[in-house]
Amino acid sequence: MDRYDFPDVRGHFGPYGGIYVAETLMAALAELNEEYARAKADPAFWEEFHYELKHYVGRPSPIYHAKRWSELLGGAQIYLKREDLNHTGAHKVNNTIGQALLARRMGKKRVIAETGAGQHGVASATVAARYGLECVVYMGAEDVKRQSPNVYRMKLLGATVVPVESGSKTLKDALNEAMRDWVTNVDSTFYILGTAAGPHPYPMLVRDFQTVIGEECKVQMPEMIGRQPDVVVACVGGGSNAIGLFYPYIGVDGVRMVGVEAGGDGVETGRHAAPLSIGKPGVLHGFKSYLMQDEDGQIIETHSVSAGLDYPGVGPEHSYLKDIGRAEYTAINDDEALKAFHDLCRYEGIIPALESSHALAWAAKTAPTMSKDQVILVNLSGRGDKDINTVASLSGLTL
Amino acid sequence: MSRIAACFAALAGKKALIPFITAGDPHPDLTVSLMHGLVEGGADIIELGVPFSDPMADGPVIQRASERALAHKVGLRHVLDMVAEFRKTNSTTPVVLMGYLNPLCAMGYAEFAKRAAAAGVDGMLTVDCPPEEAEELATALQQESIDPIFLLAPTTPLQRVAEIARHARGYVYYVSLKGVTGAGNLDIDDVARKIAALRQYIHVPIGVGFGIRDGATARAIAVTADAVVVGSRLVQEIEAATPETARERLTPLVAELKAAIS
Repeated sequence: MDRYDFPDVRGHFGPYGGIYVAETLMAALAELNEEYARAKADPAFWEEFHYELKHYVGRPSPIYHAKRWSELLGGAQIYLKREDLNHTGAHKVNNTIGQALLARRMGKKRVIAETGAGQHGVASATVAARYGLECVVYMGAEDVKRQSPNVYRMKLLGATVVPVESGSKTLKDALNEAMRDWVTNVDSTFYILGTAAGPHPYPMLVRDFQTVIGEECKVQMPEMIGRQPDVVVACVGGGSNAIGLFYPYIGVDGVRMVGVEAGGDGVETGRHAAPLSIGKPGVLHGFKSYLMQDEDGQIIETHSVSAGLDYPGVGPEHSYLKDIGRAEYTAINDDEALKAFHDLCRYEGIIPALESSHALAWAAKTAPTMSKDQVILVNLSGRGDKDINTVASLSGLTL
Repeated sequence: MSRIAACFAALAGKKALIPFITAGDPHPDLTVSLMHGLVEGGADIIELGVPFSDPMADGPVIQRASERALAHKVGLRHVLDMVAEFRKTNSTTPVVLMGYLNPLCAMGYAEFAKRAAAAGVDGMLTVDCPPEEAEELATALQQESIDPIFLLAPTTPLQRVAEIARHARGYVYYVSLKGVTGAGNLDIDDVARKIAALRQYIHVPIGVGFGIRDGATARAIAVTADAVVVGSRLVQEIEAATPETARERLTPLVAELKAAIS
């Protein structure tokens, strides 16, 4: 690829992205954009960011060769980028640290966040405690019920968790409610958005903070195998862990990039969360991208065993990478993801997040079609401790 | 002259009342009747909400109205049918649709503009489409002589007001407060100061909405604004009524608001 320089000044990735919000928020987004431009050019900002990532999060996260599992699959070698070993157990904290540092620069004392499975909520509550900020987390009432350990974690960390009772009572409704809070408290409040979506500049700044994942891989892979991997693969809900892995590889020829969406019961059943695989472009939550919607343009409910992928939209940069063909997107069903979850537990001694299990399942499916000297790098974006109740109940057990 | 321009011209400096209801709430069969009821009560312009699954800028009252309408699967095409039905017996009262962008994207901007004009729609207020992203939609609307109505907010810097003024047609909608529809933190003095500042740049009528709940607040806002928009308060009345009593409860309330600003 010759030149890739997105987004443009108004936040567009080709036809996607942009700023589609009510007028009241326009000034706040402009202010955030200007402050981020200043921070981006300030070496002290990045020095502090990387100091925090090293000493608080535990970066760089290692890459691990899943040798036993690769041998069993009998094809390409599978390597795992261990974001599950980060403080708070997922990649989400890379972004919340970056945004909390921005909030502090802007003098905002109150932060809000939306959360689905609770991982971004926990990562936001964590940094709020770390920097002494008031924190309110919006979470769909259904998700509050499904993810009670994370709700308690957020409370332990001093955050207020607000169950959202409107709409489908899941992640998209939590995002609506966070936007409503922001519009009301726009002077005092910083909105820590959890994925590489939302109005500009969020898709760009979340990407920039998550890019540490791919940047580390680009150094670590040659150290381990003397070259870059043949394929990099990540799960895609909103798409922050995927864009963090992909972005540094966009200009690297010969590295295939694969994003894996949640196929739920199967994309042919309509019960899934795979807008890139089967959706249509539209506008939701402040940006244009592929969306799950009906013929009237109403957003339709999504289904996935993994709450973190249960989102009807996707970050705009993924829509663009799909259209230009630089990345490919596919879906993995619930049962395939669950099998990969169990296999990684049993063969490698790692309990992966159900979200990451979608990327693992794609690797397991594809590795046997590749030769033994080829390499698939999977972003193991989070650990699965949070999912044990879900997995147990699917196995007919109550913990 | 467009219906909106004719309406303000006929008012000749008197203040316009713009009631809002959500199309399809509480039932799609009632919407046209409720629209006529609004006119009977003294509505100068009707804002008709297009139900959307994710109404980010709305408070709980209008969220519930959207949910009631969506329970009957009311979409943009049904809303256009309702306007066409209303136009059979009312050819003068301007109708402005208010909603979110995605249903328009799904129909296609040009197709929407054509069908809306045929139905008798006069303006389109798209909450989540600021002027920066509105070029394609605004062009499609203006080709069909439909006014794109833009929002201004307490947070809009004056430089930006000047920019929005260039795109404004019909009237502008000044959002009275930082918050969602139906919020309770209206500051009348602040609104009066802001409107005075907006007048330097805005040369179409200025409507004010959000948080106007009764005759007293409507009257106070009408001192400086050209038009007063009342939404959540009316939707609350519909919510409290039965389908049979909705119109008879709505009309006197609109009349009371109209009297307050006259």
